[in-house]
Amino acid sequence: MKHASALALGLLCALTSAHSQTQSPDPLQVRSWAAGCANCHGTNGRAEPGMVALAGASKDEIIQKMQDFKAGRLPATVMHQLSKGYSDAQIVAIASYYAAQKK
Amino acid sequence: MKRRQFIQGAGTGSALGAIGLMSGCASIGSSSSAKVVVVGGGYGGATAAKYVRMWSNYGMDVTLIEPSPNFISCPISNLVIGGSKTIADVTISYDNLVKRHGVKLVKDYVTQIDPDKRLVKLAGGSEVSYDRLILSPGVDFMFDALPGLKQAGAQDKVLHAWKAGAQTVALRRQLEAMPDGGVYALSIPLAPYRCPPGPYERACQVADYFSKAKPKSKVLIFDANDDVTSKGPLFKKAWTERYKGIVEYQGKHNAMDVDTTTNTLKFEFQDDVKASVLNVIPPMRAGDIAVKTGLATANKRWCEVDFLTFESKAAKNIHVLGDAIQIAPAMPKSGHMANQHGKTCAAAVVALLSGKEPNALPIYNNTCYSFVSAEQVVHVASVHAYDAEKKTMLTVPGSGGVSSEASTLEGFYAMAWARNIWADSLA
Repeated sequence: MKHASALALGLLCALTSAHSQTQSPDPLQVRSWAAGCANCHGTNGRAEPGMVALAGASKDEIIQKMQDFKAGRLPATVMHQLSKGYSDAQIVAIASYYAAQKK
Repeated sequence: MKRRQFIQGAGTGSALGAIGLMSGCASIGSSSSAKVVVVGGGYGGATAAKYVRMWSNYGMDVTLIEPSPNFISCPISNLVIGGSKTIADVTISYDNLVKRHGVKLVKDYVTQIDPDKRLVKLAGGSEVSYDRLILSPGVDFMFDALPGLKQAGAQDKVLHAWKAGAQTVALRRQLEAMPDGGVYALSIPLAPYRCPPGPYERACQVADYFSKAKPKSKVLIFDANDDVTSKGPLFKKAWTERYKGIVEYQGKHNAMDVDTTTNTLKFEFQDDVKASVLNVIPPMRAGDIAVKTGLATANKRWCEVDFLTFESKAAKNIHVLGDAIQIAPAMPKSGHMANQHGKTCAAAVVALLSGKEPNALPIYNNTCYSFVSAEQVVHVASVHAYDAEKKTMLTVPGSGGVSSEASTLEGFYAMAWARNIWADSLA
């Protein structure tokens, strides 16, 4: 319940800031943003052993995890620091990209 | 003769690669396809070559010119010096770029670039034309700053080991041959230099080896900078606790010369220091070919670029990546960052050659792991976004940071990072 409302709030923030930044990000722009995660999570999210694969993951789960990292609800070594560099709208866009990739 | 045979071999390889991909990509082999030439197969160049192929749906022709037979990673190579990894562990073939991605690999060295004719000339005698050139030349050393190193044989005796490969292995051998009770002295140049935390990680690796095999030996760090330039408190904690009595750090020690007959380091202000093993990292600048082509416009050392495209500010249709560029504020010269440059540049090159606008808002991150022992690791991370007003990349406020302490968990992630970035750049 708590998670659901946090998610709803996250999405609301995401939509608000998406509107203020750009109407709908260009798919090629999003592809480049997502490629910035590939150094650790693999090209198009297909990871090598030892790192979480993002390809074909649930969009909502990626968004939730990123929001939890951002808020410090989920313990992390690096992701609590990296997640804070991305706006909610960018997180939604990147999560959509990875959810659509083949596993 | 050998070189010619290799080029023929590489040609055959890429032809096979093209056939392998043909079924899925109708545009391959089209005579009208745009021609991209990439110079330098490090983190920046290899990544750019792969992603131009991928993001042009294998429609654009990509030639990668690289003299080394294999990719050898600088990240993780300090562990070879520490003794917990071998050079084979950080050596990766270029085969997948050729076989999976249809990159044409030419094992040669670029001697000249003609920006007007859009032509690169190779040491082997041939010429390659381009529509757009991606130059990822890495760094070369400014040996003029340390005249003793310019004498015959000096650079074989006093090593930098700052380009992973033969020197990495040779430095390890020098440490193995050193008797217990010896002194290893490391000289660090003024920033900016390749891999800001790298020298401090190396000091930890040598200290780790000494603590296990030669406990009476010392690691002396002489840093031209005022203080440790990256992850300072974390490295200092390792030196004062884990390597107590082994490591001594001194800032503001700018090396001015090296006497390789006596293994002596000479400073601007302080007394000379003699060491059993002297490891001198000279000041550096953009790779020779970039300087020679007139692209190193910042202090005659680094290449200024447009951060939307990585196109050189000095020459049209030439893009410069990686350690060779004049960095944006707080942007490290790292392999991770060069890989990010490679992808940003690849997207821009594909867009420009297709008559489209490049992305207006690049965002990418850097994560840099340092091994303070064979297993324990610390990191620094940052996120960089394009600022349209300042026309540069700036760190996103509130993002990034360093480890709270060294851990084996981060050691596990550091190796996972290595496997993933090697695959993202080369597989």
